[in-house]
Amino acid sequence: MSKTYKYSFLALTLILVLCFFMNISLGSVSIPFKAVFNSLLNNGVAQESWQHIILNYRLPKAITAIIVGSGLGISGLLMQTLFRNPLAGPFVLGISSGASLGVALVILGSGVFGGVFASFFVTKWSIVIAASLGSFLVLLSVLIVSTRVRDTMAILIIGLMFASITAAIVSVLSYFGSAQQLQQYVFWGFGSLGNLSWSDLVIFLIIYLIGLLASVFSIKALNTLLLGENYAKSLGLNIKRSRLIIIIATSLLAGTITAFTGPIAFIGLAIPHLTRQIFNSSNHKILLPAVFLLGGIVMLICDSISQLPNSDYTLPINAITALIGAPVVIWLLVRKRGMVF
Amino acid sequence: MKKETTNIILKTEDLSIGYASKKTETVVASNINIELKKGELIGLVGANGIGKSTLLRTLTNVQKPLSGAVFINKKSIQDYNPLDLAKVLSLVLTEKIASKNLSVFELIALGRQPYTNWVGNLSELDTSIINKAILQTNIKDLQHKKCFELSDGQLQKVMIARALAQDTDLIILDEPTSHLDMYHKAYILKLLQKLSKDTGKTILFSSHEIDLAIQLCDTMIVMNAGTVVSNQPCKLIQQGVFESLFPKDLINFDKDTGSFRVKK
Repeated sequence: MSKTYKYSFLALTLILVLCFFMNISLGSVSIPFKAVFNSLLNNGVAQESWQHIILNYRLPKAITAIIVGSGLGISGLLMQTLFRNPLAGPFVLGISSGASLGVALVILGSGVFGGVFASFFVTKWSIVIAASLGSFLVLLSVLIVSTRVRDTMAILIIGLMFASITAAIVSVLSYFGSAQQLQQYVFWGFGSLGNLSWSDLVIFLIIYLIGLLASVFSIKALNTLLLGENYAKSLGLNIKRSRLIIIIATSLLAGTITAFTGPIAFIGLAIPHLTRQIFNSSNHKILLPAVFLLGGIVMLICDSISQLPNSDYTLPINAITALIGAPVVIWLLVRKRGMVF
Repeated sequence: MKKETTNIILKTEDLSIGYASKKTETVVASNINIELKKGELIGLVGANGIGKSTLLRTLTNVQKPLSGAVFINKKSIQDYNPLDLAKVLSLVLTEKIASKNLSVFELIALGRQPYTNWVGNLSELDTSIINKAILQTNIKDLQHKKCFELSDGQLQKVMIARALAQDTDLIILDEPTSHLDMYHKAYILKLLQKLSKDTGKTILFSSHEIDLAIQLCDTMIVMNAGTVVSNQPCKLIQQGVFESLFPKDLINFDKDTGSFRVKK
């Protein structure tokens, strides 16, 4: 049993490494393979600009892709098990909508509140802070509700309601916003992996690792929750504490990812399902690392596609993930067994 | 006499069960004094809505008693921390398990959760206990199947195996025979009887199969409009407890066969 998994993990790790190098070597500027490796190893490259592109643009972008893919995949996995619902994901809980609301308030709200506000606040960091704050506030509301409402199904619906409310507020704001502000908001909504410098990446990575660690420590609780909450309780699991840790892990992962890269659709929903199909298991000890690898792979591929190699165009990453993710979800539903979890 | 008391696994003292809100207190049953002994099979019967589930919820510490106390191995269940309670009491519930994508072996292995490390790795001891539970419930041929491939009867056996793997002195089952056909009802209850004898575990189940319970149980707990009596089935028949269980307009209890008959 564990032997076959070992080979699958080995294969996925190899594919991840391959995708990583493929992602780095592709881009709007054509750089030969040899030069890519030489710039990574710092061995002298024919053109200095190549090394600059590789080290300061493509490398952080590839690392971001792995963080985003694995992080969103894992937060989707945690949500699906916690809410016992195959449709759960960071979007459903309202975490991503919370982030969107924060960003909309900063970009579009500046029109409502006046010009000084606008020029002062609409910077990259203000967007990141607003998105984190927005997702955290929605999470906090969900948490407060979840201590009063014991039914996880109700929490899921409340998450959906939060999403509707934030969407409505965003609509109202965009009605008052100027065309330029609207464009800026729409561009954030496209999602982008390439906007992170190394110093951004360090902060991003630290928060991501905390979320990842919390997920790893929840593996046993997640497996117990597969039986349902009452059985889990009868096995001595502290439901309230486990639920809190899982929700915090999700919001750290999904919240910061949305903050730094914009809302990226379908990865959180599709990757856990794809992983279950490949590994045919519900054991989180296997699913968690598998989702990590697969999420990274899919995100690297999506990013490579969105770059439209050797052209000047960059497609919105959010559109690419939806174009790949939505058919995957449909395919899973059409298959006889459907979306089991 | 002394030996007798050490054999008692679960004991209630002047237990009163029901629901309390700020203003009112709804008493479902009171003065409940029952003792469940080691290795016994105990059936809990009573009409719909009489409070069987409330009693089971109170015995399993899901719900607080209005007054009185429940003791497992002489320790009040309120004094157990959740993990220690999970090592003396396992449950088979009526609710469906959340994930049917688990394999039978994986599901039964989850019964070892109170004993495993932080990531849930199975030790050799855990694996041997799981395999023993699989053998005791005759599901060796099912162990690699997924739960969604099982029939209701097979799934119930798997859930019982999971409770066995939890390795507790007491197993409580809530209506383990609902949704099953007549053969499987008898099969499951017979299996429970065999398990209580072979493993020395105390097994308490609630059921509407009064006929079968009378034939198989060592002790029966009968709930009847606010009162709870427990005794050996034959003594309960002599006392005429079953006659008053249901309204008399439709069915009659036949003392000779120990079963209910529809009035002609």
